[in-house]
Order: sequence, then C-alpha cells, then structure tokens
Amino acid sequence: MKKHALTTRIWHWVNLVCLVVLFMSGLGISNAHKRLYWGHWGFAPEDAWLFLPKFPGWMTIPGRYDLAGARDWHLLMAWFFAVGLLVFMLASLANRHFKRDLVTSLAEWRWSAVKADIAKHLKLDFSHAGSKFNFLQKLAYGVTIFILLPAMIFSGIAMSPAMDASWPFVVDLFGGRQSARSVHFVTAWALAGFLALHLVLVLLSGPIRQIRDMITGGEA
Amino acid sequence: MKRRGVLAGIGALFVGACSKLAGTGPVSSLLDAAEGWNKGLHDLLGRRTALAREFSPADISPFFRGNGTIDPREDAYNYKAHAAAGFADWRLQVTGLVETPLLLTMDEIRAMPQRTQITRHDCVEGWSAIGQWSGPQLSHILDLARLRPEAKFIVFRCADSLAGGPYYESVDLIDAFHPQTIMAHQLNGEPLPIRNGAPLRMRIERQLGYKHAKYLTEIEAVASLDTIGGGGGGYWEDRAGYQWYAGI
Repeated sequence: MKKHALTTRIWHWVNLVCLVVLFMSGLGISNAHKRLYWGHWGFAPEDAWLFLPKFPGWMTIPGRYDLAGARDWHLLMAWFFAVGLLVFMLASLANRHFKRDLVTSLAEWRWSAVKADIAKHLKLDFSHAGSKFNFLQKLAYGVTIFILLPAMIFSGIAMSPAMDASWPFVVDLFGGRQSARSVHFVTAWALAGFLALHLVLVLLSGPIRQIRDMITGGEA
Repeated sequence: MKRRGVLAGIGALFVGACSKLAGTGPVSSLLDAAEGWNKGLHDLLGRRTALAREFSPADISPFFRGNGTIDPREDAYNYKAHAAAGFADWRLQVTGLVETPLLLTMDEIRAMPQRTQITRHDCVEGWSAIGQWSGPQLSHILDLARLRPEAKFIVFRCADSLAGGPYYESVDLIDAFHPQTIMAHQLNGEPLPIRNGAPLRMRIERQLGYKHAKYLTEIEAVASLDTIGGGGGGYWEDRAGYQWYAGI
C-alpha cells in the first residue's frame, strides 16, 4: 500500500496552486479597500477594527493594481479550491484516510502526552510509532482541513450579494458581510502561517523523501 | 532581509508567470468562463425568486458613502442647472425595443406605485453600507412601455461621465423584472443626495455597487449589448474589465 493515496496527492498539489493564487489575488483585492470591519456594514475609517497595509506588487496577482484582474483569478481558482476540497473529503471518507490517519484517541489529548509530543518536536524527533501522524500533526491537519479551509469557502460565499439572497444562513453564520470579510482575511493569513510551518517541518524531516513520496505515493 | 528578498523574488516570478498565462487563449477563456459558472450557479439556486435581505430601520448606516461620480458636472445634461432647480424638469426616457416609448417627469415617477426597501449595498472594493431606498419598480415602467419580444437586456444611461466616458450599465431581464429592482428617488426618506445619484438611480440589490447606475436619464431595451459602448455592458466592464455579472 502507498503512503499517500492518489487522491490525496492530486489534491495536495492542486490545492497548493489554488491557495497560492487565491492568497496573492486576494491581497490584490484587499488593496482596493484597506480596512476591515465587523457586522453587516462598514466603510469609514472610524468604523474599522483593522487598517491594512498596501500589499506590494510581488505579493499580488496581477502584479500591479488591477481589481478586475485579481477578481477574475480569485473567482476562478475558488471553484477548483472548493470543488477540490469536497472531492478530497469524500475520497478520504471512502478510503478511510480521515479515520485511519486523522482521528485522535482520547489518550492523545492528555496533557502529559501532548507535552511529550511537543518536547519530541523541539528535539526535531518526528518519529511516531504505530500511526502515520503524531498528535500535533493530526491537530494541525485537522484544524486546517476541517476548520480553516471550509471557513475560507463559507466566508467567501457570504461576501456574494447574490448568494446572500439565496443562502442567507451563510452570512448569518458570520454575523454580517463585513464580519465575513474580516474572517476571510484573518483565516487567509492563518493558512499562510500553516503553509510556512508545513514547509519548515518538511525541510527538517527529509525534504527530498517527503516531496518524492507526495508525488509517487511512497511506501507505507 | 535576504530571506525577504528570496520570497519577493519567488513572488515576482509567480506573478509574472500568472500574467503570462492570463494572456494565453485557454487561461484567458477560463478566467472569462468562471463568470458564467457563477451566474449559472446563482440561476440554479433561484436567481429568479431569491430576495435580498431587507433590514430594519435600526440597521441603517449613519451616512451613505458616495463612490465613483459624486458630483456630475457634465454640461451636456446641464446637470448643475437641474440640481439648482431641484430636478423639477428632469426627464427619464424609455426607449429601444418597446411598443410605447416614454418620457417621464419626476412627478409621474413619484405618482407610480412605490416600493421602499432597506438593503445592504456592497461595493466591488469591499465596503458595505445600509440604506432605505424608495421608488417605482422597474418592472412597472417596463410594463407601461411594453417590451418587444426581441428585448433581452435593459441598458441604463446616466448623466455622469468618468474620465471622459459616459457612465452606463445593463442587466438581463431576470434582474430587470426582479421585485427589488427599483428606480430610487429617495434615500432614508429624503430626496436622493447628489453623491448618491440624484434625482434617480437604479437599485439592483443582488449585484455589486457598480451595477446600480446613478443620475439616470434613459433606460433602453436592447437585444444585444455588443454595439453599446465598448460592448462589455457597462462603463467599468468596458474600461477596466469588470465582470458584467456582479453577483459575487
């Protein structure tokens, strides 16, 4: 049996491209209005809870201020991102990837066990006898797959005036369109943080083998 | 600083690759196709019937921001003189593929059955404001003029110009006949302020702000948008490549 199923590998790389393009085109969209608000409405500096910087051209798609172009990229890649996540989730339920590799046992949540896992991580010891992932890995992947990625999709839907008319419960979930926009922005940076941490840990744990296995599948 | 430089280099390379790709046929048509997928999905989820949320008076924003043109100065429409006269002689033309072209006065428009709605306005830039709008439904005016069967779109022509180009917009018949699509002459119970489009503006409640044409002078029923302006269906669509369907 392969270490990574084919659906996992395809989704991994498609999702990486989606997240990078969505993040960078999203920063381009952010440049059109550099303030965040809570609630249903907000437009003035005195309503804002956060003032954003202008993101430079090397961080945005397109590389110059172009709201229409940034929206084109964003709204296209959002389809691949959302449909991709849905297909990956269904496949991972069917092939038991979630149940086998991500479900935690109660014992793993015991503070002494978590402490031991943190101590091992700090010593750059990533061995994990018996299961594919250690507890902190399961936690990071679980939060990303089941909370952060869906939060991006639903907060994105909540910003669409047409979707708000058809599915008002989505915008209600966030307490208003401007709240959804704030959640969308903050969660995007949380995902950027996940990507940075993920890259560092891959580099520390045999990057060539890790990347090769995510392409070929590797040996379980 | 060095790491930042490497990141910036990777970023710039990726940005460059994306703009190269956007110029190629398949990617460029994919980017255009996504607008159709979004509209298709919204059609599927009930674009004919779904109503935009209507809020309570307590939700109204204390001030309604104006954007784009906020003070038209175009002499062609003599806007300043109209404004000075309280828009008493303003006329709205209904033209194009209709059985009965109309020339409506503001009094006639105010005498029509009115709809008042408190809705959220979403700008493409990202901000939102809530206001109460009053005016006749566009469907009422279109029923008076009686659309010819060839009519597929309604074009809104405006008194204002931006950077030398006349502002205009357009919608399909689903949005034109939607019950919340009104021609507003009041905001929060007062005559429309100049920055918000006095004396008449469109409310297309389930699309972004640039579809809500202000300073209305004419509505025209057409079979195709190809020969109007730059063919994109609106000022920003022609000028900056904004998507014509702005439900997202």
